[in-house]
Amino acid sequence: MLEIIMKDILGVPSILVGLFAFIGLILQRKSSADIISGTLKTVMGFIIIGAGAGVLIGSLDVFSNMFNHAFHVQGVIPNNEAIVAAAQSKFGTSTALIMVFGMIVNIILARFTRFKYIFLTGHHTLFMACLIAVTLSVGGMHGAPLIIIGSIILGLCMVLFPAILQPFVRQITGTNDFAVGHFGTIGYFVSAKIGKWFGNKEKSTEEIKVPKSLGFLRDTSVAVSLTMTLFFIIVALFTGQDYIEKNLSGGSNYIVFSFMQAITFAAAVYIILAGVRMLIAEIVPAFKGIAEKVAPETKPALDVPTVFPFAPNAVIIGFLFSFLAGLISMFLLPVIGLKVIVPGLVPHFFTGAAAGVFGNVTGGRRGAILGSFANGLIISFLPAILLVLLGNVGFEGTTFGDADFGVVGILILSILKLLGVA
Amino acid sequence: MKKIMVVCGNGLGSSFIMEINVKKALTEMGKNAEVDHTDLTSARTVQADIFIGAADIVGQLADGKREIVSLENMMSIPEIKSKIETLI
Repeated sequence: MLEIIMKDILGVPSILVGLFAFIGLILQRKSSADIISGTLKTVMGFIIIGAGAGVLIGSLDVFSNMFNHAFHVQGVIPNNEAIVAAAQSKFGTSTALIMVFGMIVNIILARFTRFKYIFLTGHHTLFMACLIAVTLSVGGMHGAPLIIIGSIILGLCMVLFPAILQPFVRQITGTNDFAVGHFGTIGYFVSAKIGKWFGNKEKSTEEIKVPKSLGFLRDTSVAVSLTMTLFFIIVALFTGQDYIEKNLSGGSNYIVFSFMQAITFAAAVYIILAGVRMLIAEIVPAFKGIAEKVAPETKPALDVPTVFPFAPNAVIIGFLFSFLAGLISMFLLPVIGLKVIVPGLVPHFFTGAAAGVFGNVTGGRRGAILGSFANGLIISFLPAILLVLLGNVGFEGTTFGDADFGVVGILILSILKLLGVA
Repeated sequence: MKKIMVVCGNGLGSSFIMEINVKKALTEMGKNAEVDHTDLTSARTVQADIFIGAADIVGQLADGKREIVSLENMMSIPEIKSKIETLI
């Protein structure tokens, strides 16, 4: 009986998160209809993520294979959804446990320390929980210590990163009502600092005319399809028709095959996003409800697009210069012996755009340009360094995208190495 | 009952927060509506009476037929109230 509970119920991450949603819904005194549908959807969300991972890994394998054959170095596509989905079969249970206990640590810290932030960006909580689970486990930890230390680290991340940004968020939004809770913080912080040192905030990006035609890239599915098509076809041209048609495509035309693989990748990301949306739909309101009761004097830390409307031009400029830095880094990384990080439109759009907004508020256009360029370098080099430290954990081909995942992962692994645990 | 769809790029973070705010605004107004959130791609194919989001996002949904509400400050309950008042 105990074995069934421990292994087949609590050991299955989808059931585990369903259980958390169930408890959250009961604590909120929801109707029984809401409790049943909310619990079922949470479990389903987790299963959808797994299904998306299956689709995604097929396309990633093809990409890695082609890239390796063409350039004799490994090409890695940083995509948070992808790596979290891929890691769930092995690290699902510890990810789910660290996520929920990390939220509790967040509430405790917000209640009793001066870091009064409640981190409401649920998908980033999930991604960070996964990063922490993976790095601690690679570093040699397991069992209860892994969950306890992991939850404390996650809880700390959930209050410290918003706190670092808050002075700049105040400048951007003109209020102190909310904070930014998004694990690209280090990129935004560096951007704001660079803006302060090298920029001139009198010359704002918002005084210049920027074409709005890039707005369609805000559509994640379109942005992923476009980048992946572009990269797949370029890599396919270098890999060569013969190799692809003989070894990968089963005879069908290599360009058509690459196009289909690119769209398959985008479709997989779409599936995973739908799963993540379902997974966090019940957990975030429960977390928010409990936090508001236990720690009333707190600020919500929100997803980063909440600052975009305050400087729409900086959003476009930031994306362009971050992506440019990503492209340049792609050529620099193999020179210093690191794996090639293929720049994705999605991470560069979200974090580059935000870096643009932060750079602009402290340093105007020059701040937005230099700051987002720095962000682009950061989200190219940090994932590459993290990959070296992670070693062989079995999901090469993709990795975590945003800056803070790199910082936290590198710190955890380096500290464990220093302590001699790893 | 009217259906409100809140939209953002990924359909994960900001639309979710806006959904919570729209629900709060509706409760304060004493009104009732079905509120949900999604990403831009899915929003093109779902049925709803009102689409809410940041200007550059929902602007792409404007086809002359959909009822579009664009928000300047996603966190402002008064703004949400004033913009959906006449539509609910």
